[in-house]
Amino acid sequence: MVTAQSPETEQYNVIGTRPIRPDGVDKVTGAAQYGADLQLPGMLAGRVLRSPHAHANIKSIDTSKAEALDGVLAVVVNADFPRAADKDVDTGEGSANLKWVLDNVIASDKVLYKGHAVAAVAATDHHIAEDALELIEVEYDLLTPVLDVRDAMVDGSPLLHDSLHTSELDGSKSDSPSNTASHLQFTKGEIDAGFDEADVVIEREFETSMAHQGYIETHNGTAYWRADGTLDIYTSTQGAFPVRDQVSALMQLSQSQVKVTPMEIGGGFGGKIPVYLEPLAALLSQKTGRPVKLTMNREEVLLATGPTSGTYMRVRMGAKRDGTITAAEVHLAFEAGAYPGSPVGAGAMCSLAPYDIPNQKIDGYDVVVNKPKTAAYRAPGAPQAEFATESVLNELAEELGLDPLEMRLSNASVEGNTTAAGMPFGVIGNVDCMTAAQQSPHWQSELEGPDRGRGVAQGFWFNIGFESSAYGQVNGDGQVSLVLGSTDIGGTRASIAMQLAETLGIAAEDVHPQVVDTASVGFTQVTGGSRTTFAGGWAAYECAMDIRNQMAQRAAQIWEVDEDTVEYGDDAIIRGPADEDGNPREISFKDLAAQLPTSGGHIVGRADVNKTSSGPAFATHIVDVEVDRDTGKVEILRYTAVQDAGTAIHPAYVEGQMQGGVAQGVGMALNEEYYYDESGDLKNASLLDYRMPTALDLPMIETNIVEVPNPGHPYGVRGVGEVPIIPPAPAVRAAIANAIGVHMTELPMSPRAILEATTLGGD
Amino acid sequence: MASEHVVVNCTINGENQVFLANERDSLLEALRDRIGLTGVKEGCNNGNCGACCVNMDGRIVNSCLVMAAECEGAQIRTVEGLADGDQLSPLQNAFLEQAALQCGICTPGFLVAAEALLEQNPDPTEHEIRYWLAGNLCRCTGYDKIIKAVQQAAGQSVV
Repeated sequence: MVTAQSPETEQYNVIGTRPIRPDGVDKVTGAAQYGADLQLPGMLAGRVLRSPHAHANIKSIDTSKAEALDGVLAVVVNADFPRAADKDVDTGEGSANLKWVLDNVIASDKVLYKGHAVAAVAATDHHIAEDALELIEVEYDLLTPVLDVRDAMVDGSPLLHDSLHTSELDGSKSDSPSNTASHLQFTKGEIDAGFDEADVVIEREFETSMAHQGYIETHNGTAYWRADGTLDIYTSTQGAFPVRDQVSALMQLSQSQVKVTPMEIGGGFGGKIPVYLEPLAALLSQKTGRPVKLTMNREEVLLATGPTSGTYMRVRMGAKRDGTITAAEVHLAFEAGAYPGSPVGAGAMCSLAPYDIPNQKIDGYDVVVNKPKTAAYRAPGAPQAEFATESVLNELAEELGLDPLEMRLSNASVEGNTTAAGMPFGVIGNVDCMTAAQQSPHWQSELEGPDRGRGVAQGFWFNIGFESSAYGQVNGDGQVSLVLGSTDIGGTRASIAMQLAETLGIAAEDVHPQVVDTASVGFTQVTGGSRTTFAGGWAAYECAMDIRNQMAQRAAQIWEVDEDTVEYGDDAIIRGPADEDGNPREISFKDLAAQLPTSGGHIVGRADVNKTSSGPAFATHIVDVEVDRDTGKVEILRYTAVQDAGTAIHPAYVEGQMQGGVAQGVGMALNEEYYYDESGDLKNASLLDYRMPTALDLPMIETNIVEVPNPGHPYGVRGVGEVPIIPPAPAVRAAIANAIGVHMTELPMSPRAILEATTLGGD
Repeated sequence: MASEHVVVNCTINGENQVFLANERDSLLEALRDRIGLTGVKEGCNNGNCGACCVNMDGRIVNSCLVMAAECEGAQIRTVEGLADGDQLSPLQNAFLEQAALQCGICTPGFLVAAEALLEQNPDPTEHEIRYWLAGNLCRCTGYDKIIKAVQQAAGQSVV
C-alpha cells in the first residue's frame, strides 16, 4: 500500500498522520446516535402511504377510516400544507421550484412514480401507523407512464407536467410543453473541421440504468412543533442548513423559527441532501402537538429517494494515426425522474475535461420520466458521461494500436487549458495521475490466463467550496473545543480538527470537534461536492489564525508590551521582546491557555468562509477482470486507484474514500440497476435484488495517493470523495473487451447483459 | 388488527431482561424500541444487509428476521456488549486503528459478525473473512479496511 508520496507532507506535524477519529469510539460501541435512534418524550411514530402507480391523476383521497383507528392521531395530505410559492429555493444541490419540492414530498393532483408519497399518518406506535395506511382510500385515474428517456423526448409523448417547457441556455423556452426540461450546449473550435482532420473516427451509443446511492441507513426525520411556534427537526442529512431553509419555506416559517439538529448519518453520497420526511413530520407534529418520528423502510428508499439518472448517450471521437484527438461530439440525455434537475450539466462539463481536444460539441438534455426524482450521487452526472467518453477513447486507442495511457498522456489537459464549458485549469494533477499509474506495480505486471483482461480509465471532477464555519473555544487545559456545521459522513471531524491543530501547533488529540445544530454555528453548506475537508478545513485554518492573534494579543497584555512585538510561532510558543534583564519572554499555548480565565477571560476563535474557488480532482484507475463465459459473471481480480488528493490530510480516510468510490463504481459497472416493467413498477426494490457489491465481490483495492497541492487552499487540499466513482465503469468495460473481445454498450454490464452480448456475437 | 403483547425473559449482554413485546415486534424492534439498545441498526428489515446482526445463543442472526416473542430464555449479545466497560475489544480497537469505518452505520453488525468468526476460526484467510462477512453490506469503505481490521484482530500482519 502506497501512501502520501510527496515530500510536501513532511513540513507538517499533524497533516499526513493517521490519528484515531474523534467520533470513533462511539461508532464501535453502538453509542453514536443516528437519526432513527432518537427517542423524545411523547413521541409518535409515522408512516407514509405511497402510490402503487407510476403515472396517475389523484381523483380523491379519503382518510376518514384511518383517522378513526384507535391510536391514530393525525393524517395529512398535500392539501394540508400551506400553498407553496412558485419560486426557487436553494436545496443544497442547486435550486429548485418550491412547488415541485413540496409535490415530491407529497403528491398534489398527480402521482408521477411508483412510491410517490400520497399521505402520512402519525400514531402511538408504528404498527398502528402501518395498519392505518391500509385504511386510506385513494382513487386514481391511470395515465400512460413514460419510462425511457428517448421516448419521453419524442413529440406526442404523454406529458408529466403540462406547464413544463424546454429552457435553453440563453433563457428562451419552447412554445409547446415538453418532457425535456432543458437543453444545454458547449462548443469549442470547429467540430466538422476537426473530424475532417481525423484518420479514425469511432461513434458509439450507450444506455445506463438508474442506480441508487445505497447508503445502509434508511431516511428518517423527526419534528417537534412547539406551542410557541418554533420547530425542531432532527434528521440524518448531509446539510442541516439547507434542510432548515427548505422546511421553513415549505411550512411558511421564518428561518429563525426552525432549528435543525443533524444526527449521525449512515451514508449519503448525495442522496441525503433533499428533504423527504422532514416536512411531513413537521406537519404531523403541528397537528398533534407531539414529537413525530418518520422512518422509511428499504423498499421506500429504493422506490422514492435518490437515485442517479439513467441515460442515453452518444459519443463520436476522431483521432490522427499518432493518437492526437482532433474532435469529439457528445450527446447526453439524462433522466431527471419526475421533476426537472438531472445532473446532465455537470456530466456535460466533465465529459471531456481530462483532454485538451481542440474541437468539441457537447449537448445535454434534462428529461422528466415517471421514475423517482433523481438526487445527487457522488460526482453527479460524471460517472455516466465519462463512461461514454472514456469508453470511446479506449476503443480509439485499441483501433490505433496505441497504449491507452500513452494516448491519454499525449492528449492530457494541463495547466492553462480551458474546457469547452469555459473552465480554465490551474495547477492540476491530471498528468501526474496518469504517470503514477504507468509506473505502478499493477500496470508494470503481466496479466496471464484465459478470459482475463486489463482496462484503464481516467476521471475528472470539479469539487466545490462555498460556505463553512468553525468556532473554536480555548479551554483552560490547553485544548480546543471546535464546533462545526458539517455532518460527518466519513471522518471530517478528524480532517477538519487536524487542520486546526496543525495551524495552532498542537496535537490532533487536543482538538475536540462537535457537529452542532443550525442555531449553534454559522451557515455551513452540505457535506457534498467533496467540499467538507476543503472548505471546512479552510474555516478551521482561519479560526486557528484568529485564535493565534488573540493569544498573541493576550500575551502582550500580560507582558505589558506592544502587540506588534509578540508573535505566535508554528511551534505553539508565543514570543515577545526580551525583558529588562534580557531574558526572552515566551509562553506556550498550554500555559497561556491556563492563564486566560484570570487575565481577561476565555478566547473563542471564529471563522465563516465562503470560497468560490475549488481544487479540481483527477484519478486514474487500472483493473484486471476475468469473465466467466458460461454465466456472464465478471470477477474483479485486481484493482489500483491513483488519485490526486492535493494534500492528504488523514491518508487513511483518503484511501477509504478512494476504495469506497471504487466499490460503488464497480457496482454501477457490473450489477446495480433499476429494473422496471412496462407499467413503471420497480421489480427489484430490495437489497437482495438491487445487488450492491459484498466483501466477496471485491479484492483489496490498491491505492496510490498523488499529492499535487492545490495552490488555492492553505494546506493544498483538493477534496477527494467524488472522483473515484468515475473511472471504474469505463475501466471495467475496457478490461472486459480486453478479456473476451466484446465492447459493452450498457450499464450495468450484468451477467445477463454479458451473455446477451456474447450470444449475439458481440459487436 | 389489535396487537397482543407478550412478556419475554432473556439475557442481553449478560443482564437479565424482562420486557413486554408487541407480538408483531421483531427482535430488532424490541432491542431498539423496547429496551433502548439502538446500537443495533436497521438497514433493510429483510435479512439482506446485516446491519442488525446480533449473537443469539452462539449463532449470528439478523435480528430483523427473529420475532421478539421467540427470544424467551435466549442469550443475546449486541454491539453494546463487546467492550468491557471502557476497555474496547481487540476487534473494536482494530476497526479504529485501521480506519475501517466511515459513516459507521454498518459497523455494529460487522463487529458482531467478525467476533463470531474469530471465535470459530481464530486465524482466517482473507477469503474466509470475505466469505463470512458477505452477509454484511458496507457502502462506504469498499471493505478493504474492514478485512484488514479483522486480520489485525486475528493477530495477522496487515500490509
